[in-house]
Amino acid sequence: MYEELKGLGFTVITVAVDKSADDARPWIEAAKPTHPSLIDTAHVLADLYNVVNVPTILWIDERGRIVRPNDVAFGTDTFKYITGLSAATHLAALRAWVRGEAPALPEARIRALQSLPTDDDQRARAEFGLGEWLFNQGRTEAAGRHFAKAGELAPHDFTIRRGTMPMRGIDPMGPQFREMLGSWVKAGNPYYRPLAE
Amino acid sequence: MADNRRFTVIDGGRAADVDEVEGTARARRAEASGRPVAIDLDERAAYLGVSAAERVKALASLEAPDFTLPDLDGRLHSLSQHRGKKVLLVAYASW
Repeated sequence: MYEELKGLGFTVITVAVDKSADDARPWIEAAKPTHPSLIDTAHVLADLYNVVNVPTILWIDERGRIVRPNDVAFGTDTFKYITGLSAATHLAALRAWVRGEAPALPEARIRALQSLPTDDDQRARAEFGLGEWLFNQGRTEAAGRHFAKAGELAPHDFTIRRGTMPMRGIDPMGPQFREMLGSWVKAGNPYYRPLAE
Repeated sequence: MADNRRFTVIDGGRAADVDEVEGTARARRAEASGRPVAIDLDERAAYLGVSAAERVKALASLEAPDFTLPDLDGRLHSLSQHRGKKVLLVAYASW
């Protein structure tokens, strides 16, 4: 998709929200991307853009304006059987926008669809930030306390609740994740929140 | 002795080593100014975050906040380097 569209004044920037470059390395080395493929261990992007789960995508236009706010889109249909989201829908819209065949969303619609952080979201990110620093000092137990507090402050933030599992010695695909996901969904909450369109 | 103990203040993502009196005072000032603060007195460290009000103001302007992050080789890239292009920004993870 990037190779097809890059001649049209377009780039992809991927950001791995992982605890270390080595966690993201196998993915990046397998994909061999020619676009910027970045690592965000400190959740810089998550804090700036209120990213609460992955994958999260945004469209940014030539003037540096957000023209599609945080949305859920997959590059392939690998997880469609779980998510119900088809990659083709987003790819078609993206292609049309990049080729200039269709405008992005109107500003009023972007604002209506945007999800903005609350005080508790930002408190959670501060707890995460302290936890991440402590983890890197080898203070794993203390880090775990702050990750837990962060998760309580922002239970919908899976970059924190799931993303810190590898730093707490928990398998992020394992039974504790499935249990967390199960109780979240059972309480009527969606794990993925694609834009309502 | 207690007031000579070291304390780490992480502000703007950067860690600074100060003494405990100075560190806790900085944390209190940040909190008083409306910033979220995570503090651990046993570990003698505090993280000064960015308020929801500041983040909401930036996002609601629809100006994409700039960021600078490394690639696998440690080379830094900024969003602003791509001004003039349409950008698909993708956050993903191995987990």
